Amino acid sequence: MCGVAVYPAAFDYLDPTSVPEAIDFLQSHEGEDVKVLAGGQSLIPLMRLRFARPSYLVDLNRIRALRSLNLEGGWLQIGALVRESELERSREVRQRFEILYETTRVIADPSVRNLATVGGNLAHGDPANDHPATMMALDASVVADGPQGERVIPVRQFFLGLFETALEPAEILTEIRIPSVPPDTGLAYRKLKRQVGDFAIVGVAARLSLTSGIVSDAHLVYTNVGATPQRIESAAQGLVGHQATEEAFWSAGTAAANALELRDDIRGSSLYRHRVVRALTTRALCAARERASDGGDR
Amino acid sequence: MTNRSVEIGVNGAPVTGAVEPRMLLVHFLRLVAGLSSPRVGCDTSSCGACTVLLDDENVKSCTIFAVQADGRRVTTLEGLTGADGRLSVLQKAFWVAHGLQCGYCTPGLIMAAYPFVRRHCLDDSQADDDEIREAISGNLCRCTGYVNVVAAIRDAIHGGR
Repeated sequence: MCGVAVYPAAFDYLDPTSVPEAIDFLQSHEGEDVKVLAGGQSLIPLMRLRFARPSYLVDLNRIRALRSLNLEGGWLQIGALVRESELERSREVRQRFEILYETTRVIADPSVRNLATVGGNLAHGDPANDHPATMMALDASVVADGPQGERVIPVRQFFLGLFETALEPAEILTEIRIPSVPPDTGLAYRKLKRQVGDFAIVGVAARLSLTSGIVSDAHLVYTNVGATPQRIESAAQGLVGHQATEEAFWSAGTAAANALELRDDIRGSSLYRHRVVRALTTRALCAARERASDGGDR
Repeated sequence: MTNRSVEIGVNGAPVTGAVEPRMLLVHFLRLVAGLSSPRVGCDTSSCGACTVLLDDENVKSCTIFAVQADGRRVTTLEGLTGADGRLSVLQKAFWVAHGLQCGYCTPGLIMAAYPFVRRHCLDDSQADDDEIREAISGNLCRCTGYVNVVAAIRDAIHGGR
């Protein structure tokens, strides 16, 4: 067809109907520029701008096995083709994992979320994406399928650098596995952005466990303040053994802001970000506290 | 780079073509199907002027390849209008509430709002203005200030049940 108004560089297109078929193709083309397409809401814009110009595109969308969204034995399994909007509309998911609902709602806009996948949000390796911090706080794992078979990678070990993940060239992220959250534990995600569709100025996923009002465990993971999601254990662990008060949360936020290497960029100065980290951390921990104390794992 | 034969059900009728894999759906709709309502506005997935329904869900047709829509249904604004030119409830609500000025963003806004309005009509549920604004948050309009757009969608939910 016509060569008019078509922006991405030319590529060969493959739409396998099974995971082994996709892996075979990836394996036989190792060393070449092959990209895997799921929702495409990050990759296609990059291709249009020609920041990415793959020779081959392997489209996973016809692999039905990757569409499952299951809640079994407390575990939530999210197949690689589950759209953000499916997660957003699932009452069962929201009931047990309010933080997932909260995270998906602040990603892009509803039309984008109808195509964007949760798996792609992780596999893309963009530190500005929101699910990485949330999945780290949830202690989720991803399943990578490749020529040597399946392996399970904890999300906390998945992000190696800017757009760099633990996936091997011939591996595909096929599933995300999220363990149930204990009743004494609450999680929340807070994000500040300039406008709909923009990346976070800062985002934070907070996890808090309580025993009689005393913090027994805590985790804080930050979005878009480094090459990978930033897990600040020193600030979070400083809460352990203390009363879960707003003052304590504010101190944790200050400690996290001091520990992060905050930079100036188009979205704000490092000083501004320091204040945003402190405020968002406090708000996220307050929300997590509410969810922990009402006995649910929301 | 091999061309692919695709058949996409556009507004109820099959449209076929041999297309380059890199052809975006919006260009297929404009250049192959000959429809003018899906607009190429921002080219960065921001403005929503290219919004269409893929099967029954609103998507940005500038951010999906035509080959991905092979064998699927696409509805554009043209598909909402009756064969006799009669406007759908939502289109009419935009007209009556003056939910447009220049009209460039209007097809995208209507297609983004359509599944939202339909869900509320089917559930017989109300939508508050915040929910309406969230539903069209992927669409930019530089004329209306959105007030009449929101009113149109609100009216359509009331009038469409």
